[in-house]
Amino acid sequence: MSNEFHFMNEKDINSIVMSMADNILRTSEDLSKICFIGIMKRGDVIAERIKSIIEQKSSVQVPLGKIDINLYRDDLSLIDYHPYIASTDIPFDLNEKEVYLFDDVFFTGRTIRSALNEIMDFGRPARIFLYVMIDRKARELPIQPDFSGVEAKIPKNQNFDVKFKETDNKDEILLIKEAS
Amino acid sequence: MNWTRKHLLSIEELSVGEMETVLQNAFSFKEVLLRPIKKVPPLRGKTVVNLFFEPSTRTLVSFSLAEKHLSADSVNISTKSSSVLKGETLLDTAKNIESMKTDMVVIRHNSPGAAQFLAERINSNVINAGDGTHEHPTQALLDFMTIREYFKSFKNLKILILGDILHSRVARSLLWGFAKYGADVTLCAPPTLMPLYINSFDVKVEYDVDKAIQDKDVIYILRIQLERQKTGLFPTLNEYIKDYSLTKERFKKLKSKTIIMHPGPMNRGVEIDGSVADSKNSVILEQVTNGVAVRMAILYLLDGGKNV
Repeated sequence: MSNEFHFMNEKDINSIVMSMADNILRTSEDLSKICFIGIMKRGDVIAERIKSIIEQKSSVQVPLGKIDINLYRDDLSLIDYHPYIASTDIPFDLNEKEVYLFDDVFFTGRTIRSALNEIMDFGRPARIFLYVMIDRKARELPIQPDFSGVEAKIPKNQNFDVKFKETDNKDEILLIKEAS
Repeated sequence: MNWTRKHLLSIEELSVGEMETVLQNAFSFKEVLLRPIKKVPPLRGKTVVNLFFEPSTRTLVSFSLAEKHLSADSVNISTKSSSVLKGETLLDTAKNIESMKTDMVVIRHNSPGAAQFLAERINSNVINAGDGTHEHPTQALLDFMTIREYFKSFKNLKILILGDILHSRVARSLLWGFAKYGADVTLCAPPTLMPLYINSFDVKVEYDVDKAIQDKDVIYILRIQLERQKTGLFPTLNEYIKDYSLTKERFKKLKSKTIIMHPGPMNRGVEIDGSVADSKNSVILEQVTNGVAVRMAILYLLDGGKNV
């Protein structure tokens, strides 16, 4: 049994997405060099939304890619069955680009470590920035986000369930507490 | 679905869900082949032995590349360069190799059931890369992947398998898979090259190739093993070409979207005309590319398999 609690609604999510876009527009030194990569299955949705906002507010076209990090996981030999692999799609040259990497929840940093390794197999970006909706503040590796919408230190046995209209028909983030 | 199998021995044993799991993952692995660095790490530290007791170009290279792309270390052993020539048995060879702490064995052997035999006796994952006239499951899976690239569903897809069905392990694997998918299959071969086991499949048999090729979505041509000529199973090569080859003239009668498949190696001008093999309807080289992706998917999934 688990209990679900409402954590964020559509308005909260939109507000974070807008802040991310504003932050990129404000801090980027050269918008012509930026490109976005979303970590599937929710980071790619965030990346697409921010791309659309930035393209409305500026004259740049932002290259957009998505990655599935499962082949780069550090626990493949520990888990029972190998997970389904989705297609990574980075249809542009990463060399010397400023890559903005998006994910929904930042937890231990292991997913980001996998993503960084995968990105490096596609080229040598000038910089990589990490943007996340929620930072759980429980990192196990020396990796942390450049931008987080909200910080939420929750116990390890609790999780966020992030839902987006594009994948789940509604924008909502739930906090899932496993019943003890 | 979770993949639970430790070995891949035949298409007969697989469910539609398992075949789909292989194909879905294979489509993602195909993307890896397009990357600047065609290497991903899931089999890092794993050792794969390619134990080939029969000659092979495509399958051996395909497995070797798939293993390297997944970061596994691999060793190729062929009959000519092994102690098999000194009389060592299959099991002794495999057990000795496994004692060197290998993780997976890909085996091609001329005896039906050789892969199953090994799987029951060694601890490594075993992949059947062709066992006599029994099955060639990875070939069938790469063929299903190729067909899936051109047609959304197998249901009622009109498929012709043409050629030496009797001696073909590929045909047997295809028939099991097509039957599970519900495809509409016709077989065409000289009566002497049509096996009895086809009676246990729901397939049509047509001995007139001109009738057989009509309205087909997929024409799958099997190699005529030239050495079979001497066995009297068909009179002469010229007669075989006249009665069963996919010639230029026959090709002109096909639907514009019919795809032509062949597992290789081809005898150009025998079972298939060279211009047909090179035509825009031919997906033969696509089959070869997909072979690497399918084998990557299988190696990846089996490494995570725990039971059976």
